[in-house]
Amino acid sequence: MNTNDLIVCSGLTKYFGGVKALADLNLTIGRGRIVGLLGPNGSGKSTTIKLMNGLLTPTHGEVRIDGEAPGVYTHSIVSYLPERSYLNDWMKASQLIDFFADFYKDFDKKKAYEMLKALDISPADRLKTMSKGTKEKVQLILVMSRAAQLYLLDEPIGGVDPATRDYILNTILTNYSENATVMLSTHLISDIERVLDEVIFLQKGQLTLHETVDDIRESRGKSVDALFREVFAC
Amino acid sequence: MQWMINGDRPIYQQLTGQLTERIVSGVFPAGAKMPSVRDLAAEAGVNPNTMQRALADLEREGLLYTQRTSGRFVTEDKGMIEKVRQQLAMGRIADFLSSMRLIGFSEDETMELLRKASRQEGETHEH
Repeated sequence: MNTNDLIVCSGLTKYFGGVKALADLNLTIGRGRIVGLLGPNGSGKSTTIKLMNGLLTPTHGEVRIDGEAPGVYTHSIVSYLPERSYLNDWMKASQLIDFFADFYKDFDKKKAYEMLKALDISPADRLKTMSKGTKEKVQLILVMSRAAQLYLLDEPIGGVDPATRDYILNTILTNYSENATVMLSTHLISDIERVLDEVIFLQKGQLTLHETVDDIRESRGKSVDALFREVFAC
Repeated sequence: MQWMINGDRPIYQQLTGQLTERIVSGVFPAGAKMPSVRDLAAEAGVNPNTMQRALADLEREGLLYTQRTSGRFVTEDKGMIEKVRQQLAMGRIADFLSSMRLIGFSEDETMELLRKASRQEGETHEH
């Protein structure tokens, strides 16, 4: 296997009861890529990310991260931002940073404090006293402060204001490494396509498109945003 | 100079154009060392691989060159930069003239209006 392939999905399929959430996904993603996982609600984005992170087990097929099935090793190289918070509400931002630093060898406390400062969040504030948007920022800071090989971000820009969204995108760009890949799911494509290498369209659990942003623009003469609106028109 | 990424054209082409503008206008002067791909990408808010592709294009055109150990530089060939600058100017003038023709202005009328507009702008600048 090519060691440059970071994610390889083969026939990856997930049923929930009789409902097919993801059907026969075959996908290879390299390193040093920023990838957008796009699709409307219920298209299988979160399911895909959870399968890659080992939070769900496939019904059929498999996913390998850096050559391994999700498990202890992949958890050490994957930094995951869930769609919902799992953090303890009573903890202060500074305690959360200590908690993450204990948990992950690749956690950079200095970087976390720098980001808190840049977003004007006090390390002494408790999570439960923060607004929804600020909580999301703290969570993203924790995830991006790791020196991981794969960042799986489930809807990182959904609930934040435009200035914060720009900061998050900038953080992803300045954090860029040729060894690491960032995969983010979203249904808000317009402002983020310029940071993406490639996009994946999911529709009802099926992969319908996997191309680079500029290939789409070159071959179809339209932005990914315009194509998205066309493909997923209600 | 602000980076402007918009519309439907491939992003690397937009970056190539705006990098060229920065070179011919002297933001990146002849012989100067270019910022790193990562810094340029963060500044423009674009994907580093896309910025890399735009820089590689300008290398192929000869406006930039890479020195293996010390990074990427603007060409020292000022004649070449001037030639690209003239080409850009001619392209813009041709676009302008054709857009004026589209609203029914002959070349002579356009030239006259241009001189008038230029005088007026000169006056407002003096005040």
